[in-house]
Amino acid sequence: MYNVVEPWGLADVQGARTPPSLRVLAYYAYAYKRTWRSSVTTSFLYPVLYLAAMGVGLGSLVNHHVRTVEGVRYLTFLAPGLLAATAMQIGANDSMYPVMAAIKWIRTYFAMLATPLKVRDVLIGHVAWIAVRLSFVATIYLAVMAAFGTVRSPWAVVALPAAVLTGVAFATPLSAFSATQENDQGFITIYRLALIPLFLFSGTFFPVSQLPGWLQPLAEATPLYHGVALSRMLVLGDLRWWPALGDALYLVTLTIIGLVLADRTYHARLVV
Amino acid sequence: MKLATALDSGRGRPFPLARITPSTLLGGGRARRVVERNILVYRRGWIFIVSGFFEPFFYLLSIGIGLNKLVGVVEVGGRAIPYTSFVAAGLLAASAMNGAIFDATFGIFFKLKIVKTYDAMLSTPLGPADVARGELAWALIRGGAYAGAFLVVMAGLGYVGSGWAVVCFPAAVLVSFAFSGAGMAATTYMRSWQDFDLVSLAVLPLFLFSATFYPLGVYPGWLQLIVRLTPLYQGVALLRGLDLGLFSWSLLGHGVYLLVMGALGLAVSARRLSVLVLP
Repeated sequence: MYNVVEPWGLADVQGARTPPSLRVLAYYAYAYKRTWRSSVTTSFLYPVLYLAAMGVGLGSLVNHHVRTVEGVRYLTFLAPGLLAATAMQIGANDSMYPVMAAIKWIRTYFAMLATPLKVRDVLIGHVAWIAVRLSFVATIYLAVMAAFGTVRSPWAVVALPAAVLTGVAFATPLSAFSATQENDQGFITIYRLALIPLFLFSGTFFPVSQLPGWLQPLAEATPLYHGVALSRMLVLGDLRWWPALGDALYLVTLTIIGLVLADRTYHARLVV
Repeated sequence: MKLATALDSGRGRPFPLARITPSTLLGGGRARRVVERNILVYRRGWIFIVSGFFEPFFYLLSIGIGLNKLVGVVEVGGRAIPYTSFVAAGLLAASAMNGAIFDATFGIFFKLKIVKTYDAMLSTPLGPADVARGELAWALIRGGAYAGAFLVVMAGLGYVGSGWAVVCFPAAVLVSFAFSGAGMAATTYMRSWQDFDLVSLAVLPLFLFSATFYPLGVYPGWLQLIVRLTPLYQGVALLRGLDLGLFSWSLLGHGVYLLVMGALGLAVSARRLSVLVLP
């Protein structure tokens, strides 16, 4: 039975040396075993559909009119941006409704806290699971991108951790926020007033330079912009070290700030 | 079962025609109670409705600023149309579909299986057809409000194709009707939240491939034929034709397709509701 719960055979050490947050991670992995098929199917179909429709279909109009966007065909321009945007969506989705469910609806967190696990283990396990899921999805995404012929550089391998980082940078602050909410109304507002504008204006579908002058600095200050820029540099092999480092540093900082905040809000909400 | 059947059977209806009309399409005449209930509930969730107006606004703005410069003009019926006008009508149809499907699947499932709102409703004099029609009416009220706001934004940004765009309003409500009916019918067959992956799996390709973002001519011939048969394409083609003032008999065909789809969905939902909820 224990071997089923803990796919890595960690039960042998009976928790003595197993980091407790890893046990939380094992819980998510176990639950995922019931739904991974549909999850993998959608992770595969979404990039295929998006790249075919927007990259190839719409791209044929774009290539006809302006030939290239930032020096490449539209499909090649779009694909790395969509990878980052997808990472944002997964990171954000997994830290809103699921967190509310674990606190209020299904109360998984309280079940976990009834064991020797601490609030911090619960938080780190949750974020670690999001990172694992992001790496699955990003791997499939990159494979589909390669099949569409949009990968231009071996540096694309590094776009995988970059996508994970982008997703996690959204996951930690949003988890902190979700733990303060009494109902799901705030999530709809975040989705419609923050995530959709980010998706549309952060350089995924068109270069930020097309925005009106006053809007450009605003777009460049958003986290998705940095995720998209980093992903595009790596996939296209157009790597400039300082900007890339800046993008990564921005996302790491956001992740850490989110973690610190989430540590506080989780404690405030879960410690009775 | 008996009480509701009696109420639904058309007994007491004044006209012979009403007596032979299928009861699922008429109900007991109490559908507006369901609408009233939804209005009461949403008084506490107004942010859901208000924030919904921003979504199309952001989409239109992003296309106007971004893709419009990259795509330029699109040819429709031999006329060169600015991309913004081309895509705005398509997006109106797509957002009517998305809104309707979201409400009719997640919303209805939640009431049907989780909070058991319909069990409560059906223990009152309301019959299954009242519930189905009431929910549909509510979906159309919301869909109509969104479509109206969308058209206002479209006009404000200068993306309307012609003065005929006014007719897009009832046409967008028709698109909502078709997808609400179909979505509600599908929801009555769902077993768990996992089944909703299938909904997104059906909706996303419709959204992306129904000539919403680019003309059908981009596709090879066989694919064009398939797309011409799908439901969202009817909505996109209908709204685009009306918006640009390009009238033809095919618009009527699209309209009839959507009308039949919604009516069938409604009939199936009412029947399934009585099977699922009534003892």
